Amino acid sequence: MGPSIKNIISLFLILLLSGCGTGQKQDPNTVTVWHWMSDREETFEILAQRYQQETGITVKFELFAPSEAYAQRVKASAQTNTLPDIFGILGEKRDFASFIKSGYVADLTEEMNIEGSAWKNRFFEKALAVNEFTEGNPHGVQPGMYGVPLDVTTIQMVYNKKLYTQAGLDPDAPPKTWEQFIAHCQKLKDAGIPRFVSGFGEIWMIDALASNLAMNLMGEDKVFKTYKGEVPYTDPDWVRVLSLFKQMADEKILVEGGVTMVNKTAEQTFANERAAYAFNGSWCVNVFKGMNPNLQYAAMLPPAVNVSHPVKIWGGAGSSFMVNKQSERRAGAVQFLKWMTDNAQQVTLAKETENLPSTKSSLDDILPILKEFADDMDNATHPNLYPVHESPQVTEAFDKGIQSILIGEKTPQALAEEVQKLKEKESRKKSS
Amino acid sequence: MNLHKLRNLIGNYLFVIPALVLFFTFSLYPFFKVFQLSVTDWDGISPTMHYVGFENFVDLFTDNPVFWLSMKNAGYVTFLALTAQNLLALLLALLCDREIKGGNVYRVIFYMPPVLSGIVVGLIWNWIYDGNYGLLNHFLEFIGLQEFTRAWLSDSKTALTAVSVIHMWKGFGWGFIIFLAGLQSIPRELYEAARVDGASSWVVFKNITAPLMIPVFMLVSILTILGTMQIFDIIISTTGGGPGYHTEVPITRILSTMIGSSKFGYASVMGVVFGLILLAISMIQIHVSRMMRQV
Amino acid sequence: MDPVSVTDNLEINYEKIKRVTVSFFTHLFLVVVSVSCIFPLWWAFASSLKTQETVFNDLSLFPKNPQWQNYYVAWTKADFGLYFLNSLFYTVTVVLGVILISSMAAYAFSRLQFPGRNALFLVLISTMMIPIQSASIIPLFVLLNKLHLINTQLGYILPQINGGLALGIFLLKTFFDDLPKELEDSARIDGCGRFRVYWHIALPLARPAIAVLAIFNILAVWNEYLLAMLVLSSKSLMPLQRGLMVFQGAHITQYPLLMAGIVITVLPVLAVYLLLQKHIIKGITAGAVKG
Repeated sequence: MGPSIKNIISLFLILLLSGCGTGQKQDPNTVTVWHWMSDREETFEILAQRYQQETGITVKFELFAPSEAYAQRVKASAQTNTLPDIFGILGEKRDFASFIKSGYVADLTEEMNIEGSAWKNRFFEKALAVNEFTEGNPHGVQPGMYGVPLDVTTIQMVYNKKLYTQAGLDPDAPPKTWEQFIAHCQKLKDAGIPRFVSGFGEIWMIDALASNLAMNLMGEDKVFKTYKGEVPYTDPDWVRVLSLFKQMADEKILVEGGVTMVNKTAEQTFANERAAYAFNGSWCVNVFKGMNPNLQYAAMLPPAVNVSHPVKIWGGAGSSFMVNKQSERRAGAVQFLKWMTDNAQQVTLAKETENLPSTKSSLDDILPILKEFADDMDNATHPNLYPVHESPQVTEAFDKGIQSILIGEKTPQALAEEVQKLKEKESRKKSS
Repeated sequence: MNLHKLRNLIGNYLFVIPALVLFFTFSLYPFFKVFQLSVTDWDGISPTMHYVGFENFVDLFTDNPVFWLSMKNAGYVTFLALTAQNLLALLLALLCDREIKGGNVYRVIFYMPPVLSGIVVGLIWNWIYDGNYGLLNHFLEFIGLQEFTRAWLSDSKTALTAVSVIHMWKGFGWGFIIFLAGLQSIPRELYEAARVDGASSWVVFKNITAPLMIPVFMLVSILTILGTMQIFDIIISTTGGGPGYHTEVPITRILSTMIGSSKFGYASVMGVVFGLILLAISMIQIHVSRMMRQV
Repeated sequence: MDPVSVTDNLEINYEKIKRVTVSFFTHLFLVVVSVSCIFPLWWAFASSLKTQETVFNDLSLFPKNPQWQNYYVAWTKADFGLYFLNSLFYTVTVVLGVILISSMAAYAFSRLQFPGRNALFLVLISTMMIPIQSASIIPLFVLLNKLHLINTQLGYILPQINGGLALGIFLLKTFFDDLPKELEDSARIDGCGRFRVYWHIALPLARPAIAVLAIFNILAVWNEYLLAMLVLSSKSLMPLQRGLMVFQGAHITQYPLLMAGIVITVLPVLAVYLLLQKHIIKGITAGAVKG
């Protein structure tokens, strides 16, 4: 006979009971931080140790990845009031607002403004804006600052200088207007070089470029009016925006397979010099450094369709941390975040992970290529800053529709009508 | 009922109590909660929510063509899996059933795809299907069929089928093992008798193998349907549901409603309806299988 | 030459040629399918020996400068030692739990009488068919929190045992249904109680079905990560997949190290499968043919 009943059941129960052990008990002053940034885990550990040495307070960083799992974890913990002292909120601003209104996020306005706004003034204006709710915001949140930006990112374009030279173009003169862009693309095509790549499989990337082009073509105000419902999507300006994508499809500007590419693949493509342009975020600097340190490239703004309006790109705080309103270590948490955004720490972060710091004073030590991104911060805006938001269903239909345009399945006019119909339906639902 | 009988009955129940306790705690209770949430407009975050009755259900059935399109897409992949994937698995099992050289080695090899993590599967197949540098296109050019090259995952005509191929490649290993097991349980004497009578392979299959394998076919087809309708991680790592809605499936729609639109209540409805549809299909299958066995 | 024997020879040759051709194509087909199965794992292995810069450029099947140290780096950087032990613990516990609990229940559904037997069986099985994973993860979390099981090993183990019950009960009940009753009856006559009959007679005979259940659940627990991310916080409790996350940054994926990590996690599963697969074939037979 095999092992006796008693043996196996005892083994099972022992295993089970030993599983009753939980994680370690911790010192009541330990500040716990939950994050999703696997790239920075090491750097965070270094900073935690540094903080321990300087202040004697232990900070515990806990990583949950990938970011989808992190977001789920945070939402679930909110339901049970088990959020840590410091955490980040991923997602749209309405989620952020919901967290605040539910009482999970501490209002940091006071701490930011003391001593003549010493803390607040360290940051780039755009970095703060994403974490701020202003007077009369559409979410009904009490105005104030609710988060601390750790870094800043922009989403714009980069181009490969070497490929430019190969095609007979001046590597220091990227296209500034849409016409120039099309002309350069023609030359690249003649030289057999694939042109434009982006992670269009992730529809938010399409959304970014589309809204950039739209705001440049018709001006920010008209775009907001459309979100409000005062201007229809069938307006000729919107059809023109969609036609730009059609043009990209017709002239085969987007690389083969770009429509369903995830961003990481797009980054690989550009890093391996298989595309002349990429539409990506400033984090790509770190990615490219690892994949192809010899890559010769430079940053550029998306080409202007309409020179009478400014070119807008998405930018602002990349990653931010919030303080748990219900935490007993609020003061300690705030103190730690202040320290994290001190110059010394910002420089460390920027150096280790090639990100743009969120504080103005730390710009000197970063890579020159990163500086090019930083320079374009003035053009930055961000959906989280818009005074009015489009409903997610309409946005999804719009972005997916652009995918259809890019594969030649829909015409700009048809999509505009479709989106407008959906928008009207959604508005009727809301008002009923 | 006398004491002895009662004690006996309690003893019997004790065998199933652990399972029932776990089931009620970790399956039934959460499911009940989800059902509760499906009649609200909860966004997944705030501690308050509003009762909206069957509004979510009505909307799902009357005004959500994308969800039903995603069901159709999943159905298409399932159809392919039921036919092509299982035929392949059956064929391989038949081949390995005979005392073929290296049979054991093949068993292990065919089980490799299911063991691989989604990351590797996604990376490899993205590379195979790549529009510019992909292996498939290279191969087609190599054998002179250039005109068929394309960006397989971005082309509206081929995207869903391309994803289906990945799923079938990853899944045939399970069917293979189960079919092989079923085949190996058929007494060899039946085959020998048939050969002595001069029957061809096809006749042998039709009259001996197939009838005995009916229960196995049913098991595999139930598992295939359940597993394939819930496909999603392959989709996320290759097309993200695109281009447009061509590769959207129910699970990706549920996730994007839950997270992208923060409509947790609505997403719960989608989950409940989807689950009930799968349950109905499985029940029908089991019923059909029982009827066929009585024939 | 005698005309009859010529024809005979031709016929024999024709048969031989046919057999050889069929055999050739059969083997060719099997080899082609096999290559497609091995290729990804081989590619992962080859990539694990390349560098981040060359991993997508160098298409060779085996790099000229294999970076064997990647395995050492992956192991230490990702705390694989710790996560490996954790995963081992979780896998053994969950698999033991599933086997014990589902076999007991299956035996009862098969051999014992009690009111509501059929209804309960159907209800338990039906959970296999409802994909409520995506939406029920939050209520599950809230429940675990109420039970004080968040960030505990028990909280991670119990839901997974529950997850394996439906298939386990289904498989084992159909298996038990087909066992000849004589053995059990004679044991009962000898005065053995239900439990002893179940333990000493039914269960050992069910070894093949148990092997099936084992490999299904081993793979599931070994690859699990979503529940871990939700229930566990302390690094010391995390399973293997957490280790792999270290290489998959929000922006940067360290491909060679990730591939090394993947190879490290896949090999044990394949090894266990190799050991169990002999039993598995017999196992699925019994469960399915009668199922």
